[in-house]
Amino acid sequence: MAVGSMIGLGLSRPCRRLFIALCLLPALALVAGCALPEAPAPAGIEDPFEERNRRVHAANKGIDRAVLRPVARAYGAVVPGVAQTGLRNVANTLDLPGTVVNNLLQLDLPSAARNSARFTINATLGIGGLFDPAGEMGLAEADTDFGETLHVWGVPEGAYVELPVFGPSNKRDALGTVVDIVLNPLGPMLSDETRRVVTAIEVGEVVDTRNRYAVMIDGVLYESADSYAQSRLLYLQNRRFTLHTDIATPDEDPMALDTEGF
Amino acid sequence: MLTRRQWLAALAAAPALTLARPLAALTEASGRALIDRVVAEINTVIASGASEAGMFDAFETIFRRYADTSYVAAYAMGADGRSASDAQKRAFTDAYVGYLARKYGRRFREFIGGRLEVRDVVPATNAVEVRTTAYLKGQAPFEVSFLVSDRTGSDLFFNMFVEGINMGLTERAEIGAMIDARGGDIDAMIRDLRSAG
Repeated sequence: MAVGSMIGLGLSRPCRRLFIALCLLPALALVAGCALPEAPAPAGIEDPFEERNRRVHAANKGIDRAVLRPVARAYGAVVPGVAQTGLRNVANTLDLPGTVVNNLLQLDLPSAARNSARFTINATLGIGGLFDPAGEMGLAEADTDFGETLHVWGVPEGAYVELPVFGPSNKRDALGTVVDIVLNPLGPMLSDETRRVVTAIEVGEVVDTRNRYAVMIDGVLYESADSYAQSRLLYLQNRRFTLHTDIATPDEDPMALDTEGF
Repeated sequence: MLTRRQWLAALAAAPALTLARPLAALTEASGRALIDRVVAEINTVIASGASEAGMFDAFETIFRRYADTSYVAAYAMGADGRSASDAQKRAFTDAYVGYLARKYGRRFREFIGGRLEVRDVVPATNAVEVRTTAYLKGQAPFEVSFLVSDRTGSDLFFNMFVEGINMGLTERAEIGAMIDARGGDIDAMIRDLRSAG
């Protein structure tokens, strides 16, 4: 696989050591003859750091109000739709090598193959990722991250954490966020100049997302009675749904509720 | 003419028939048909190009017709509902439905040019779950699920899930936070709910 070998070659030495160590973990599990011990589905909210989290949340809202929201509004007003789509496509293509690493670490070979094909097609036919011909061929992205890799390895979710700038997370995903940045196989391959462009595109993607989901994000942050509690609840439910593909819709007996008077 | 034996058989079967009818009212097919109608009506509203206020009114009408509003409202109030008077409960249901229509109506604009497809229907406790996939322009497809019951005598949906987010539960947290922020004053919450969303 082209991307797989590219990853190994492009890594700096400490990076490569980490990569090899990470690869060994699932390999050891295979040798030991056991399936990867996916973490059990958690329920409820574990938030022992609530006081600190709420302070971070207030600071994040301040950053949003002062910087991100106005920039995203300007972006939405000025940048044409075609260019917005192009930015999203390039950002997505740049993410793919890191995604493939995580697919492999999860022993999810079909997704690794799909994302590798996506990367190859979009980087060439899609003119450096500006267009998404792979998507049109039915090769949608099989998105993942290192937080999910940890989950697949059996690491439990851990307490809820709101990270500065990055926002809602948990202990496991916080570690995942850091590792994904370090592990990005594109990073060490790029010249300083290209890396600055890549960083700019990644920041652009954040602005683009803030603009695209403006109604929903504004609703949660500025119209909710408790924006901290709402974002925590939304994050936890959605993240658990994403990770536990077998999770059933919570059973809710409509006969069990007293609706008298309503 | 029926023989005596046939009469007896008919009489014996009668209670079974009357009992069977309400149970048969909700089927996987009827649950799917309900959500198909809801989706079709929402799509018509979105395609109509009506003003935002006009769309909110239309969504509210659809919600009142196809959703189990008394269940949805009772669920949202949760434990706070136990201390509410009947007048407060009625006022809350009314205010809450308008709030939902405005809040989610705003987001339905993201649905312009998109579609919702029913994928399958699975049984649930005293209900069926209609699982759909939402296809929105420039977005990866995502899952939207509806719970349908015939608790009231007709098929109505009583909760929905968007990518695992339980709307009933999420709104219960919001209503609870609104009541807390007003020092437990349910009337104040209802008053503010009329203009929220």
